[in-house]
Amino acid sequence: MVRFFTIVLLAWLMAIPAKAVEPDEILKDPVLEARARGISLELRCLVCQNQSIDDSNAPLARDLRILVRKRLTKGDSDGEVINFLVARYGEFVLLRPRFAPHTMILWLSAPILFLFSIFAIYKAYRRRSEEVAAAPAKALTAKEKRELTKLLKQH
Amino acid sequence: MIAEIGHFSLLLALGVALAQMILPIWGAQRGNQALMRMGSSAAQAQFVLLLIAFSALTVAYVTSDFSLLNVVQNSHSAKPMLYKVSGVWGNHEGSLLLWVLILALFGCAVAVFGRNLPPDLKANVLGVQGSISVAFLLFMIMTSNPFIRADPAPFEGRGLNPILQDPALSFHPPFLYLGYVGFSVAFSFAVAALITGRIDPAWARWVRPWTLMAWMFLTLGISMGSWWAYYELGWGGWWFWDPVENASFMPWLSGTALLHSALVMEKRDSLKIWTILLAILTFSLSLMGAFLVRSGVLTSVHSFATDPARGVFILGIMVIFIGGALALFAHRAQMLRQGGIFAPVSREGSLVLNNLLITTSCAAVFIGTLYPLALEAVTGDKISVGPPFFNATFGPLMIPLLIAMPFGPFLAWKRGDILGVAQRLSVAAVVTALVVIAVYAYLARGPWLAPLALGMGIWVIAGALSEVAFRAKMFRAPWEEVFRRLRNLPRAAYGTAVAHLGVGVMVLGVVATTAWQSEKILAVKPGETVNIAGYDLRFGGVAPSQGPNYREQIGVLIVKRGGEEITRLHPSKRLYDAPKTATTEAGIYASWGGDLYVVLGDELKEGAFTLRFYFNPLVRFIWIGTLIMFFGGFLSLSDRRLRVGAPKRARAAPANAAPAE
Repeated sequence: MVRFFTIVLLAWLMAIPAKAVEPDEILKDPVLEARARGISLELRCLVCQNQSIDDSNAPLARDLRILVRKRLTKGDSDGEVINFLVARYGEFVLLRPRFAPHTMILWLSAPILFLFSIFAIYKAYRRRSEEVAAAPAKALTAKEKRELTKLLKQH
Repeated sequence: MIAEIGHFSLLLALGVALAQMILPIWGAQRGNQALMRMGSSAAQAQFVLLLIAFSALTVAYVTSDFSLLNVVQNSHSAKPMLYKVSGVWGNHEGSLLLWVLILALFGCAVAVFGRNLPPDLKANVLGVQGSISVAFLLFMIMTSNPFIRADPAPFEGRGLNPILQDPALSFHPPFLYLGYVGFSVAFSFAVAALITGRIDPAWARWVRPWTLMAWMFLTLGISMGSWWAYYELGWGGWWFWDPVENASFMPWLSGTALLHSALVMEKRDSLKIWTILLAILTFSLSLMGAFLVRSGVLTSVHSFATDPARGVFILGIMVIFIGGALALFAHRAQMLRQGGIFAPVSREGSLVLNNLLITTSCAAVFIGTLYPLALEAVTGDKISVGPPFFNATFGPLMIPLLIAMPFGPFLAWKRGDILGVAQRLSVAAVVTALVVIAVYAYLARGPWLAPLALGMGIWVIAGALSEVAFRAKMFRAPWEEVFRRLRNLPRAAYGTAVAHLGVGVMVLGVVATTAWQSEKILAVKPGETVNIAGYDLRFGGVAPSQGPNYREQIGVLIVKRGGEEITRLHPSKRLYDAPKTATTEAGIYASWGGDLYVVLGDELKEGAFTLRFYFNPLVRFIWIGTLIMFFGGFLSLSDRRLRVGAPKRARAAPANAAPAE
C-alpha cells in the first residue's frame, strides 16, 4: 500500500521521474555549485508531492534552481537566498520549517517527550523500589522449604 | 458468474465475522465452552470465504473481465501476466480485499495454532480479531466494493500505472500487509487480556511469536519498497521521509519496541502495563497508516473532501478501535500487578533504554508526518516538513541507540555489571577504533563525522559477534567445548545476535552511501567517455526498442576499469501505451564496493544526451542488512521455546541447553 498511492500521484504530477539538475544549470564554480545543491535540498518543489527542487524535474523546480544559482552568483549568502524564496513563495517552500511560535510544537515535542519519559521512568523506578523496600520479606512456607532442599540436593 | 460467487462470499464473510465478533466473547463471559469454540470455526470459515472472494477477483483480472468496474479501471488486456495478478492489489478496492484476507488469515492461524491457549483468552482474542474484520468488511462493502459491475462493459481497460509494473513492487504490498495486519494479533491479545484481566509472562510468550512474524514481514516489505524506489525512481535515493513511507515506518518502530519490551515481560514479569500499551499503539499506528494512505489527507487536507465517505469511515474505525482499546486500558491498567524490580544497569534497564529511544524516535516521525496536516486544519498555515527535519530529529536518537546496542545482550537480568561488559566488548571497541582510524587515513573526502558514523555500524557488528564468541567461550576454552557450546546456544540467542548484526550492516550502507556518493551530471555525445569512481564509461548512443506494452529508448554504456571491459549498462526511458506515462529505468552495475548507477535523460542539441552518473558506495548493504534482520527474526521464531502455540512443550525444553539467558 505504502508507496503505491504516492507514486500514483507522483506519476500524474510529472512526466518523467528522474533526478532533475540539468547539465546547463550547473555553475562553473564548484564551491558555489555545492552551495546551490545544499540549498536546493532544503527547498520544496511547490507543485510536487514532497520532493525537493533538487529531486524534481518539474518546470517550476528548474526555474527555482536557476533562480537560486542566479542569486548565489550575485553574491547572496545562503540565508539571503532562502529568505528571498520564502518572501516570494511563503514558508511552504521550506522543507525544514523555521523555529517559530507556530512550529514550536513540531520542534519541541519529541525532545520534551524524551525528557518527560526519562523523568517518568525515574519516578516509576523510585516508587517501585520504595514499595519493595517497604514490603516485609515473607518467610518461606514449610512446603517451599521442602521444595528448595529437594532442588538443592539435585544439583 | 465467478464475480458473483466472489461478491456473495464477501457478504457471507461479513456475516461470519459478525458471529466471530459476538459469540466467543459472549461465551467467555458466560463460561459457555460451545460458544467459545464457535470463535475458531468462524475464524476458519471467514478465511475460506475471503479466499474465495480474493480468488474470484484474481480470476477476473487474469481473464481481463471488463464487466467489473475495478478491472476496467486498473487493468489492460495487453499487460504481462505478472502485472495482471499484481494489479489485483494495485488499487484501493483490491488492496483492501487483500488486507481483510490477511486479517482473516491471522485469525485463522490463531484458531488453528493456538490450541494451547486458555479457552477464554482464545475466545476473546478471536472475538476482537473478528470485530476488526467486521469494521473493514463493512468499509469495503459500503464504500469500496471491488465487485461492482460496469454497465455497459467496455472492450478495453484503462491499465495499471506503469511505474507500478515492476517485479519487486508486485510483492511489496503483500509483505507489507502481512506486517501491518500481523500486529492486529498483538492488539487482539492485548485487548483480550484487558477483558479477562489476566496478564502474566505466559501472555508475553504467546504474543511474541506473532509480533515477531509481523515484524519480519514488515521489515521485508519496507525494505522491498525502498529497494524499488532506489532503482525505479531514478535518482539513487533509498529513503525519502515521504509521509507514506513514514506511515509504514512508525508501526515498524513501535513493533520493534514491542518485541523488546515483551522480552522483559516474558522473562521477568515486568513492564506489563507498558507492553500492553505498546501492543495497542503498534496496531493503532497500522490503522493510522491505512487512514493516511486511503483517505487522501496526505496530499492536502482539502482532498479529504474529495472522498468524504472513505476518509470519514476509516476515521470512524480508528476512533472506535484506538479509543475503545485505550479506554479499556485506562480502566483496567491499575489492576495489573507489577512484577520483579531491577537495577538501572541490567538487561531490563537496557531494554527500557531501547524502548525510550525507539518510541521517542517514533514520536518524532509521528509529529513530523502529522503536524503539517494539523496546522493547516487549525490555522490554515501551510508548512512543509521534509527530510532535513527528520534527519535533524530522528538521527540524533539513533546514535545512543547504536552505541548502547552491543551492551544490552551482555548485561545480566536484574543487576548487570557494566565494567565487566565493557571488558567483554574491548575487542569490539579496538576493532571499531582501528577501522575508524583507517577510514580517516584513506578517505580525505566527505564529511568529517562520517568515519565515526561508519564506526557505529562496525561497533554494532563487532558487538554482535563478540556476544556469540563470549557465550561460546571462544578463545577461552578448548575448541571442542566451543563447538559444543555453539551447537547448544539457543536459537533465540543467535536470533538476537544476527538481527543486531543486520542493523550494523545496514548502518554501514546508509552512512557510506550518504557520505561518499559521487555524482556527475553531463551532456554526453555518443563516443565520449566519462570517468567516475575509477570506472570509464563510454557512451555508445541511444536506440529505440519495443516492449510488450511500451516503447523505449535504450542507451548503451561500455564500462571499463583499468582498460578492461567489465559490463555494459542499458539505462532507458520508457513510454507506456496505457495509461500514457513515461518512466526511467536506471542502468545499474552492482558490486560489493558499491553501485554504478546511470540514468538516461533528455536529448539535447547536436545529438548529445543528458546522462547522470552516480557511484553509491556500499549501498547494497542497506538491503542486505534488512535481509539479515529478517533472518535473525526467523532464527528466533524457530527457537522451540517460542514456537507458535507451543508454550507448554516449551517449558519442557531440554535442560542441557547452555544457560545463555
